[in-house]
Amino acid sequence: MMTVQSRPLPMRPRVRPGGLLPILAILGVLLVLVAVRQPDFFAPPSLMSFLGRSAPIILLAAGQYFVIVSGEFDLSIGSLVTAQAVIAARLIDGEPARTWPVVLLLLGCGALVGLVNGLITTRLRVPSFITTLGMFLILVGAVYYWSDGAPKGALSEEFRRFGRRAVEDVPLLGRIPYALLVLLALGALAVLVARSDFGRTLVAVGDNPRTAELSGVRVWRHRTIAFVLSGVAAAVAAILLGGYSGVSFQAGAGLEFAAITAVVLGGVALGGGRGSVAGAMLGALTLELLLALMNFYGVSGALRSTVQGAIILLAVALSASRSPSR
Amino acid sequence: MADPRPRPLLALRGIGKSFLGVRVLADVDLDLGPGEVHAVVGENGAGKSTLMKIVSGGYPPDEGSVVFNNERRAFRGPRDAQRAGIGIIHQEFNLLPERTVAENVYLGHEPLRRGLVDRREMLDRTSQLLASVGAAALPADARVGRLGVAQQQIVEIAKALALDARLLIMDEPTAALADHEVALLYGLVRRLQQRGIGLLYVSHRLTEVFDLADRITVLKDGRRVTTVPTADTTPDELVRHMVGRELSSYYPDRAAPDDLGPVRLTVRDGGNRKLHGVRLELRAGEVLGVGGLQGSGRSALARALFGVAPFSTGHVTLDGRPVRLRSPRAALRAGIAYVTEDRKGEGIVARQSVLDNALLASRSMGRAWSRRAARSVRIRNLLAAVDVRAAGYDQEIRFLSGGNQQKVVLARWLALNPRIVLFDEPTRGIDVGAKSAIHALVRRLARAGAAVLMISSDLPELLGMSDRILVMREGRIAGELPAGATEEDVVALAVGTARETVA
Repeated sequence: MMTVQSRPLPMRPRVRPGGLLPILAILGVLLVLVAVRQPDFFAPPSLMSFLGRSAPIILLAAGQYFVIVSGEFDLSIGSLVTAQAVIAARLIDGEPARTWPVVLLLLGCGALVGLVNGLITTRLRVPSFITTLGMFLILVGAVYYWSDGAPKGALSEEFRRFGRRAVEDVPLLGRIPYALLVLLALGALAVLVARSDFGRTLVAVGDNPRTAELSGVRVWRHRTIAFVLSGVAAAVAAILLGGYSGVSFQAGAGLEFAAITAVVLGGVALGGGRGSVAGAMLGALTLELLLALMNFYGVSGALRSTVQGAIILLAVALSASRSPSR
Repeated sequence: MADPRPRPLLALRGIGKSFLGVRVLADVDLDLGPGEVHAVVGENGAGKSTLMKIVSGGYPPDEGSVVFNNERRAFRGPRDAQRAGIGIIHQEFNLLPERTVAENVYLGHEPLRRGLVDRREMLDRTSQLLASVGAAALPADARVGRLGVAQQQIVEIAKALALDARLLIMDEPTAALADHEVALLYGLVRRLQQRGIGLLYVSHRLTEVFDLADRITVLKDGRRVTTVPTADTTPDELVRHMVGRELSSYYPDRAAPDDLGPVRLTVRDGGNRKLHGVRLELRAGEVLGVGGLQGSGRSALARALFGVAPFSTGHVTLDGRPVRLRSPRAALRAGIAYVTEDRKGEGIVARQSVLDNALLASRSMGRAWSRRAARSVRIRNLLAAVDVRAAGYDQEIRFLSGGNQQKVVLARWLALNPRIVLFDEPTRGIDVGAKSAIHALVRRLARAGAAVLMISSDLPELLGMSDRILVMREGRIAGELPAGATEEDVVALAVGTARETVA
């Protein structure tokens, strides 16, 4: 029997899908839990250092946001971070004078890898999942080959300061890590880009590329730029991480999935078309806080990837059940 | 065929069907004997497809009975109907291009030997089937993807026959065929008839209907108008049955002669895969209607002009200067806008706000550092001017009614001050109130000096809105009609019974 269906009433949903409310709520709950268990976590020194440590993953999440909201994936960023750190160590080889040229080179490399990812995906119509997985493998192999199996050289102290130094003796806060300053500057920039015409149009591209194309949007160009942004974010993350934890073949391992988890947690729809860059960055912060909390409660760090997987599944299932049709 | 058929193969009585409270079929009767070809004709939206889906198990009827082989049936789905002996050949084929003909024909019921597919048996039986429909030349082991459209159609038919179909439904079987392939289909239909298979033949093309059918049933607005033996009717009479309703709605006044400006757009010999020798002129200030059946090239024309599927031959001029419209972006830059037929798939970005939807084209076509505040004010004024009803402009557009969504799309284009606007079915799926609002906006646009081209399947709308009407058929412009033409004139040109009246 057919029933007469009524149109959904044109009213505003109370919780906007893709809005910041859910992630702020989760973050709030976690903060309370941390406060209960480990009150001195909020003492300025430990809080500042936590934020500094979280900067790379937050920046990676911001980069990943642009790619995911446009309807694509970037799985290459973890190995890109590793490659960048290894390359930096070998090129600098302890020589302070080479710091800035290498920093610029890394940013250029990140942009180039993003450009290649983007062009292969959009011009050759290879699904980005495959493109960036291929790039991941290519980078892993290339780095091993180039360094004969073990990282060579060393980073200069100038290079490492971005990741490990801080502005000392700030009133009230104590020390502010450089990484946090970099995060604040680039985070603000990411928000501006997301709010620009480019950023708004990019979300439309992820929602419905056909409509976008017919409205004069060069869809391929927008998506390619998103990959470039993600590659540059990976370069910055590599500089911060290399400084903080040093150079190894594991420097960036698993970061792509951490970034995707963070983005999803922040309310960005996989498949594109919905979400904000602020949400993605808050998602990354929440994820880091969750892992810190697990640590405080004595949960094994080995469960890290399990937790990430569970978050992805849960978040996607939740958002799928909330919007019956797309 | 002998007319008194004591035991019809299929008997439909009082079939009715509604979707979402809209009645699409009411009280339809239809008989089909073994070996009979029974054509079902009617305008777009007359209910032909729904009726065929009911017969083939796609939908259950709300009212009435389906008697097949002297047995009352209530099919639970298409597979159920297939098992009973009813096959349907859709306009779009349902074949696996990477498999062979035989594998497609026996898909899902392959002959087995000791639990494994007996390939030789399958090939043999397929060859026999193909030979029995006069297609012995088609190799059973050819890959389907390499076959032409006509051959693929034969594979579809063989597939139905492999399931012992006694009744075959052919939905617009010639729509995708080239002229010389149509003759092949005629032969095939004759052979199926000789085997005692009943055929329900749905087509827009009256020539075929008169060539093939024993009887013809005309549907209009979901009701059966008449059923006549083909020998007792003429194409003109049939067209009268298919149309002929009152022009009751109110439409805005047409353009007065001095409202018309200079010729803005011309196309000469425009052609591509779907269009041939298109020639037209579009003047500033006029609404040029484009009529024709589905698939006659109307949308292809709009898509060519908007650069989605550009003309590969011919010349287009804009204000007397030649232009090349190679992409939507190029068309937009030339001042052409396109309101698509498929609003959800191509018109809106469903999960974005009203404002983001309205700004989409301005953002993509504007200068990078244009003044955003002024632009935002302007777009809000436009949204108010086209009277978009929403809880707020930050509401997601998918929560709006179809009519309001269409107004937002319109505002998106108005923001670019287009000089030419192409409308493809501007009021499809829009409720009556919003319809006349859209009509008023279309006319207002023309009055403001834009050149408007409006495609519509809704004949009253086409006749009520247009200053001139072009009717398309098979990718060509079949003729031009002045304002004041009748529905019969349009349909006659569209189905090809009238002589071309070239302007």
